[in-house]
Amino acid sequence: MAAFLARRLLGTPTSSSSALISASRAFSSSTTPIKATLFPGDGIGPEIAESVKQVFTAADVAIDWDEHYVSTEVDPRTNSFLTRESLQSVLDNKVGLKGPMATPIGKGHRSLNLTLRKELNLYANVRPCYSLPGYKTRYDDVDLITIRENTEGEYSGLEHQVSLFFSSLVKNLADYLSFDFVKVVKGVVESIKIITRKASMRVAEYAFLYAKTHGRKKVSAIHKANIMRKTDGLFLQCCDEVAEKYPEIEYEKVVIDNCCMMLVKNPTLFDVLVMPNLYGDIISDLCAGLVGGLGLTPSCNIGEDGIALAEAVHGSAPDIAGKNLANPTALLLSGVMMLRHLKLNKQAEQIHSAIINTIAEGKYRTADLGGTSTTTEFTKAICDHL
Amino acid sequence: MSRRQSLSLLKNLGRFTTQTRSVTYMPRPGDGKPRPVTLIPGDGVGPLVTNAVEQVMEAMHAPVYFEPFDVHGDMKSLPEGLLESIKKNKVCLKGGLKTPVGGGVSSLNVNLRKELDLFASLVNCFNLPGLASRHENVDIVVIRENTEGEYAGLEHEVVPGVVESLKVITKFCSERIAKYAFEYAYLNNRKKVTAVHKANIMKLADGLFLESCQEVAKKYPSIAYNEIIVDNCCMQLVARPEQFDVMVTPNLYGNLVANTAAGIAGGTGVMPGGNVGAEYAVFEQGASAGNVGKDTTEEQKNANPVALLLSSAMMLRHLQFPSFADRLETAVKRVIAGGKCRTEDLGGKSTTQEVVDAVISNLN
Repeated sequence: MAAFLARRLLGTPTSSSSALISASRAFSSSTTPIKATLFPGDGIGPEIAESVKQVFTAADVAIDWDEHYVSTEVDPRTNSFLTRESLQSVLDNKVGLKGPMATPIGKGHRSLNLTLRKELNLYANVRPCYSLPGYKTRYDDVDLITIRENTEGEYSGLEHQVSLFFSSLVKNLADYLSFDFVKVVKGVVESIKIITRKASMRVAEYAFLYAKTHGRKKVSAIHKANIMRKTDGLFLQCCDEVAEKYPEIEYEKVVIDNCCMMLVKNPTLFDVLVMPNLYGDIISDLCAGLVGGLGLTPSCNIGEDGIALAEAVHGSAPDIAGKNLANPTALLLSGVMMLRHLKLNKQAEQIHSAIINTIAEGKYRTADLGGTSTTTEFTKAICDHL
Repeated sequence: MSRRQSLSLLKNLGRFTTQTRSVTYMPRPGDGKPRPVTLIPGDGVGPLVTNAVEQVMEAMHAPVYFEPFDVHGDMKSLPEGLLESIKKNKVCLKGGLKTPVGGGVSSLNVNLRKELDLFASLVNCFNLPGLASRHENVDIVVIRENTEGEYAGLEHEVVPGVVESLKVITKFCSERIAKYAFEYAYLNNRKKVTAVHKANIMKLADGLFLESCQEVAKKYPSIAYNEIIVDNCCMQLVARPEQFDVMVTPNLYGNLVANTAAGIAGGTGVMPGGNVGAEYAVFEQGASAGNVGKDTTEEQKNANPVALLLSSAMMLRHLQFPSFADRLETAVKRVIAGGKCRTEDLGGKSTTQEVVDAVISNLN
């Protein structure tokens, strides 16, 4: 009953459990801070994370940051450089912000991004791409959102070399005879792409729900089902089923090669795009390129039970680390996405406007946007704009 | 023909006198005998655009004659006689074949490529003079492996609700596409070859592809070689396309990259391309070749014939009729540069026939 009342008060929630979280927050006093996990990351990560903390404090956002760093040793419980405690923190707090992480080279441990994705069951990656007024690219009127299935598809990591036994046998013989003809038998690799109904339904449901709650008019499902009939066919089927439940939202299916072409010719044709893993990876980076690159792109990963991990998708830029030159925009905009997920819309809007106005004004811009400001100057300008 | 010579040709577009000739092409006696070319009009707007090519060839009195075959995308298999014809003629010109989405028939476009072992697909994406686009200085050739990869067609349902698709990469196919790409660059005076991959995630499959490219690159020390991850590649294409020259890719990425490159340079309606194997060549619209156009385009007969016309110029060059190829190319470029006669996808209002008439009237 309380949850029902809360839902009425706050509008449509993203999931029932996040309604409960929001309900408890609505009934709690506004000064009780929300706990959120923060992974500053490597390279420029700590500087831009500092930037975010400053801006949030200046905007009176009541968030209590629970900082975790990537350790230098592999934790056997997670088989990666992220400790069990870090992961548990996100699971408990249900919301987090992540800076760029560079996976150390080497084998025997999982990549950091993969660890987060698997352990937190982050199934959808959401990236809004919109043209920043004041930062001119070749495209002025981009306003779209890419939603990418994040757990399966082509990135299942299931590859194997066919006829390995035979080739290793031949190789041993070849080594013994000091004869190098092993190249002839080696060289057939298979990679498995998996599409499941469960994952496709999950991401399709999220895409349509997102479209509805954010007032978007159209959802486009991107596929290559004319060639990969069963796999992408299943994905499309799931999107079709969910689309029927949302008759007020326009729904279309676009083949991926057509989609690429349409995006570079006329990005206004698209609103919300929902895609399986590989296509999502490529299209979301393509869209980032349309608006100015990864340094300006926010991103948020949605997991089961209402978990949201916002992240900056650019690299850790070790060459400018520590020099106060980094552009915190991506992490800040991701932080804004996080606030919207927490339904702190007023403050999200405030910070968002401040960032947009600062960039539009043009006086304070970091080097990658063609300006000369330092990170701290840029951050201060944003705080002033609040 | 090198880029320098094409540029000098273009400079003379406006002049009434005939174009500056390069040192002449000396044929062997009997080379002028008309060559048969298999023609597949196809579905949708296919017949419209292949007919455009036929008209222009006729007007030029080009030494080719067409042997048409009726093929439609919903046929269960390629019709009798088609493969024999292509094997005899060695060259084919083709409109798009509609592939039904979902279950049922497998793509005939893909089948044709596999049967004839057309392992390389080539798309030339470049800015056409006079056609405004957001990106300048685009001159990219995308060479895409055409037979394996994600298009192996090996799918199965494991249990209800779980489907698997196999992507197969072999050293044999990767090596031959890499060899073709470098050989192409060498023969066409191109300076750089870029391999597109996702080997950070698909370590074995794309790793094998990259290995093959690296080995071939060593044999061409004068051609620069670099590698780029596919998502970064798409981003770079929309930001700074001038950094790319020749790109070699496995099957799926090639499709995406070719369409993206075509889009930034002016659209799939104008980019030429073709598929080639060790023995046969099939010329068709460069990017999005399976696209048969919208129903409205078919009804209103305003499909863009430029892509197929430029592909047929490529075909004429392949058949060693360089002078006809040049005339056709010049005429088409003059029409586009003129700006008055363009179909709907380029922002104009002309029909296909009007464009064809304009091209014919612009022939030297």
